[in-house]
Amino acid sequence: MRFRGRSRKDEAPPQDTAPPPPVAPPGATPPVLVIDALGRKCPIPIIMLAERIREIPVGQIIAVLADDPAAHTDIPAWCRMKSQEFVWEETLPQGGWGFHVRRSY
Amino acid sequence: MPRVSPGYFDAASAEPLHPAGRSALVGALETAWADPARLYGAARSARLELDRARSRVAAVLGVRADEVAFTASGTQAVHLGILGSLRSRRRVGRHLVVSAVEHSSVLHTAEAHERDGGETAIVGVDETGRVDPAEFAAALRPDTALACLQSANHEVGTVQPVAEAAAACRAAGVPLLVDAAQSIGRTPVPDGWSLLTASAHKWGGPPGVGVLVVRKGTRWRSPMPDDEREGRRVPGFENVPAIIGAAAALEAFTADMTAEAPRLSGLVDMIRKRVAETVPDVQVVGDPARRLPHLVTFSCLYVEGEALLTELDRLGFAVSSGSSCTADTLRPSHVLEAMGVITHGNVRVSLPRGAEASAVERFLAALPDAVARLRAAAGVTGA
Repeated sequence: MRFRGRSRKDEAPPQDTAPPPPVAPPGATPPVLVIDALGRKCPIPIIMLAERIREIPVGQIIAVLADDPAAHTDIPAWCRMKSQEFVWEETLPQGGWGFHVRRSY
Repeated sequence: MPRVSPGYFDAASAEPLHPAGRSALVGALETAWADPARLYGAARSARLELDRARSRVAAVLGVRADEVAFTASGTQAVHLGILGSLRSRRRVGRHLVVSAVEHSSVLHTAEAHERDGGETAIVGVDETGRVDPAEFAAALRPDTALACLQSANHEVGTVQPVAEAAAACRAAGVPLLVDAAQSIGRTPVPDGWSLLTASAHKWGGPPGVGVLVVRKGTRWRSPMPDDEREGRRVPGFENVPAIIGAAAALEAFTADMTAEAPRLSGLVDMIRKRVAETVPDVQVVGDPARRLPHLVTFSCLYVEGEALLTELDRLGFAVSSGSSCTADTLRPSHVLEAMGVITHGNVRVSLPRGAEASAVERFLAALPDAVARLRAAAGVTGA
């Protein structure tokens, strides 16, 4: 069990909340736009997502790469608030995650 | 009197000292300074005053005086309550049940229990931060030594189903520890628990006083080296004057809250409504009805929590945030995370006794511009 507090660099980031699918769902559409927010703290990744989702056609996928653990909660929560579709989340080999979001309007 | 600005809205961190608590504390510094464990006159009168304070706190909590022990803080009460329970029930098992949104003192104790070879089950919450009583009951096992559930959440104000959890624990023969730090004095004490913890500076008592209640018939063995104080439950010389101040403050604060809690609750309703109307891209979190009377939390999209606190402080408002990333908490609030709501741009407003409606109005008037300024500075163009 881990909830917060000092996170050591050699420790895997905790993932104890609502785990999204760890692998691409069958027939997953590849993203048409990938935003690199690695190393940026929340809310920057959310700001970048909100700004740039308008650049892709409705129905297409945008992926946000981020390594701030807050993005784990904030990107799905933003999608719920904004009625966008959170599709899945991948774990990046270099650390961090890729969050895949479908523009729904 | 403590100097408290009208814009102080952080009662959940510290309720300003109640006048009744202050005068009792000051008086006790003169009369109750001696060691209550000794036998001469000054010591006996300190003992008498300490025991009277214990009876007064017990009466407000609806328990027996000999079930009440004073600690140095709410956190110490939680540590002793959990570890002492686990220790006394070691033969039953080493399984501990906690909710995901407990105070850090509970979760850190659970971590220590795991490092010590124990096992912890964490019961999740819904989007309002409320535990599902059926899920809590389902987490209990034959080898469960203790279950912990807060009376109400300290970050979002949602009231937990303590009565239902207590019934499930009783049926399973598991003691329930209720961390009531945020609700004591403000809402009636829930029933059916075995251990209860609280903290005096949350009800207008002086800092440095916590309460640990262990009901009769509840097994408990001190996890600390032997000490005679506080019925062998809490080590160290009691802070008798502060305890006396805490007891007087609890009586007065509880009496005040009969009329004050509904008034504060009305102000919280107003904040919940107006923030949602006047701040774009905001999420007011926590249960709108089953909540503490004085506390409300909301999150503003695209704003950094600390920047917002600093801006509000500059405008004369003291609030708190679950998004604050300090040196030793580099992660967002575990409460907001467990609820699955936005963790950045978070503001917790908790109204102290006597909070003025006009100050709340000024806060509500200043907030939309403060948020807009920070968004503009971060380059948000209106998503």
